[in-house]
Amino acid sequence: MADLETFRAETRAWLEANCPPEMREPVRDEDDIYWGGRRARFKNAAQQAWLEAAIAKGYTVPSWPKEYGGAGLSPAEAKVLREEMARINARPPLSSFGIWMLGPALLHFGTEGQKRRFLNEIARGEIRWCQGYSEPGSGSDLVSLQTFGEDKGDHWVVNGQKIWTSYADQADWIFCLVRTDKTNKYQGITFMLFDMASEGVTTKPIKLISGSSPFCETFFDNVKVPKSYGEDVPAYVGEINRGWDVAKYLLGHEREMISGAGGSERAAAIGAAMKRLAAKNGDEIDPVLRAELAMFDVDALAYAAMGEKFLDEIKVGKAHPAQPNMMKYVGTELNKRRHELMMAVGGSRSLEWESEETGGGKPARNWLRTKANSIEGGTSEIMLNVISKRILNLPGA
Amino acid sequence: MPLYHNEDQAMLADTARSFMAEEGNIAKQLRHWRDLGCKDGFGHALWKQMAEMGFTGILVDEADGGLGMGHVEAGIVLEEIGRNLTPSPFLTSSVLAATALKHASAELKGRYLPGLIAGDSVFAVAIDETAKHRPSRIATRAEKSGNGFRLTGSKSFVIHGGSADMIVVAARTSGADEDDEGITLFAVPKDARGLSHDHVRLVDSSMATHTKFNGVELDGDAVIGEIDGGRAVLDAMLLAGRVGAAAEGVGVARGAMDMTIDYLKQRKQFGRLIGEFQALQHRASHLYSEVEIARAVTIKAQQLLDAGAESADLMASVAKAKVAKAARLAVQEGVQMHGGIGMTDEYDIGLYMKRDRALAEFLGDAYFHANRVATLSGY
Ligand SMILES: Cc1cc2nc3c(=O)[nH]c(=O)nc-3n(C[C@H](O)[C@H](O)[C@H](O)COP(=O)(O)OP(=O)(O)OC[C@H]3O[C@@H](n4cnc5c(N)ncnc54)[C@H](O)[C@@H]3O)c2cc1C
Ligand SMILES: Cc1cc2nc3c(=O)[nH]c(=O)nc-3n(C[C@H](O)[C@H](O)[C@H](O)COP(=O)(O)OP(=O)(O)OC[C@H]3O[C@@H](n4cnc5c(N)ncnc54)[C@H](O)[C@@H]3O)c2cc1C
Repeated sequence: MADLETFRAETRAWLEANCPPEMREPVRDEDDIYWGGRRARFKNAAQQAWLEAAIAKGYTVPSWPKEYGGAGLSPAEAKVLREEMARINARPPLSSFGIWMLGPALLHFGTEGQKRRFLNEIARGEIRWCQGYSEPGSGSDLVSLQTFGEDKGDHWVVNGQKIWTSYADQADWIFCLVRTDKTNKYQGITFMLFDMASEGVTTKPIKLISGSSPFCETFFDNVKVPKSYGEDVPAYVGEINRGWDVAKYLLGHEREMISGAGGSERAAAIGAAMKRLAAKNGDEIDPVLRAELAMFDVDALAYAAMGEKFLDEIKVGKAHPAQPNMMKYVGTELNKRRHELMMAVGGSRSLEWESEETGGGKPARNWLRTKANSIEGGTSEIMLNVISKRILNLPGA
Repeated sequence: MPLYHNEDQAMLADTARSFMAEEGNIAKQLRHWRDLGCKDGFGHALWKQMAEMGFTGILVDEADGGLGMGHVEAGIVLEEIGRNLTPSPFLTSSVLAATALKHASAELKGRYLPGLIAGDSVFAVAIDETAKHRPSRIATRAEKSGNGFRLTGSKSFVIHGGSADMIVVAARTSGADEDDEGITLFAVPKDARGLSHDHVRLVDSSMATHTKFNGVELDGDAVIGEIDGGRAVLDAMLLAGRVGAAAEGVGVARGAMDMTIDYLKQRKQFGRLIGEFQALQHRASHLYSEVEIARAVTIKAQQLLDAGAESADLMASVAKAKVAKAARLAVQEGVQMHGGIGMTDEYDIGLYMKRDRALAEFLGDAYFHANRVATLSGY
């Protein structure tokens, strides 16, 4: 306990010295998030300074071991760091699918060579990854995927199509589910890693209802994927044809991330801020709306406690392995409700699609974006199916 | 501090779970006393056994002969009480009155705590005066009379009021009914002259009273805490009681949910187990999520309260409201998914519905606490 308090004091001092004031403001739009990668540009000097300080300290991935770019923090220390960052509203210095998804999968299934190379690249924000899971015919029923890798001895030739590939046009590398055995549904998929600059890879952006195009159709036309990138660095995670295990493990981490457990705005109460927003517009909050806000805040604050409990438990192996599905289900449904209420309080102002006052239609665009939360990473219905089967052990689920 | 039970707490939970399942179960306690038409609505022998287990003095300081544990530990016992629908004076005596007595004189502590710890005494609290919980308004008056006070007014929803050896009464010693200041708490013994009860059996078979104070004469030493400064003690008592009621509600919710999920795995219709129907699976999974969250925030509130954190007050209301919502869902889905049999007295699921109703009302329902969350948050 005494050690933890020392750690807290040190962390507080370190944050004070290293997290610039501009990085202690809420994330307002996509530009405020630093995703890393070959094409990344800093929005300002503060963003760069914050990232560099965090990399030097291992705080882009604080719980990863030091040799892979992390700080090797214990669960209790990582919690202290989270709390201290939340206290000053510090933004994450780096966000990426590598941190949230591929990294945990490599830590669990990767070879030493893969870890040393890919995890360090992720921790330093050098390579930006995208996720090639969904296909036009395989969404919820992901295991039916058809993208095929033909075995050519020392390499595969990959053909097929992915869809809804977030940031495929911005990403450097892809972790991709590829069928390598057509005769075996579950044990015929390989979890491959390859460069998006490879010949035969093309991406085509898709526009969302919110007006932005964060995701793409991704086409593979005779893409040559070598089986190895050097000694102890295979181009696949886990074993050939056993990629489904890796894919599922990764989904657990993806769902944990989307759930917003652990301090993101998703778990916060909104009533007080909504009162200020209404006052700014010269409005008063209707009593019935106030009641809904209050009920929402009860659910949101309770969910915040659940998020804390979940993260505490998962770190020590006490959480049910299927619990990320529950968190994702509740967290995303809650976020949709949050934005419905924000739109209601904002009234006609929140309908504006391009005005300067709304920052180019942020309320409406953010509201629409949240509708994807309960679809991406597995739909709410699929989450409920998984809870039924794996947690409640209901028959036939 | 991690948001789960530490080793000692996990051990206590195991002990409490097996003890309450064995001794406090529905057949042995709730149905037994209900069917006998027991005037107390609970069994004194079990109360004595709970004392032997060390439960009764969980929140009492070690210096006063108790275990000096916290609300996490009290909550562990309460969750098992809730799960078994065990009728017992634990919440009113060992949580509410025990919290009030922390602020009492050595003399009062000496008079009441040994009986509580031994499981010989039962305490009640008299706060509400109308049909809804509204502790901001207290009209029952205590006027100076000689060296003591004379108490006049009435209270309702006094759980265990009829069997209590002592009732903690919140009364007004100065100011107007709605004033924050001017409250004093009194320990009123059962044989006080002018004290009378109208006994009522509630929907969950628990016994409560409408209690009248008809010029009840009290010694000056019956005061708990400061004269006119009782609001702080009342608030502390309400805080402990709400967090405790939330923990009991979590037990009710989990009990109803577990029973229902078991039933989904046994009952066949259309040649299949009804648990195979996705329409029920999704509702069961939603229920599971809500109950887990209610439990998490209840433990959070307990930990904050034990740490003396300022945010405990807000989180207690969040917990009480969230549990009320989750437990209500659990009992409603429980009865519905049992079909016709869920409507029968013979089957236990309906007892959960009744208990939830009474418990949610106690110390403020979901609406009261959601409103309180809004007010405390500044809107
Ligand atoms: C913003 C966004 C970003 C995304 N990013 C990526 C990415 O980077 N990489 C990637 O690979 N994918 C990504 N996806 C794809 C996402 O994983 C899929 O959209 C999701 O898995 C659902 O698949 P689908 O769209 O084919 O819907 P479908 O599977 O066709 O589902 C349609 C509806 O049927 C319901 N349904 C389906 N099966 C069942 C069942 N068994 N029981 C009950 N209901 C059922 C679903 O819940 C849904 O409501 C993204 C999606 C979105 C919206
Ligand atoms: C007060 C009362 C009075 C009654 N009076 C009469 C009467 O006078 N005469 C008479 O004949 N009957 C009477 N009934 C019986 C009533 O019609 C049945 O209780 C009702 O049809 C449900 O059947 P069950 O109780 O067997 O429940 P079950 O069929 O076992 O249902 C249990 C649960 O499973 C659900 N379920 C079942 N099948 C499916 C499915 N395919 N998909 C999704 N969910 C499913 C149900 O909705 C329910 O939630 C009465 C019942 C009550 C409670």
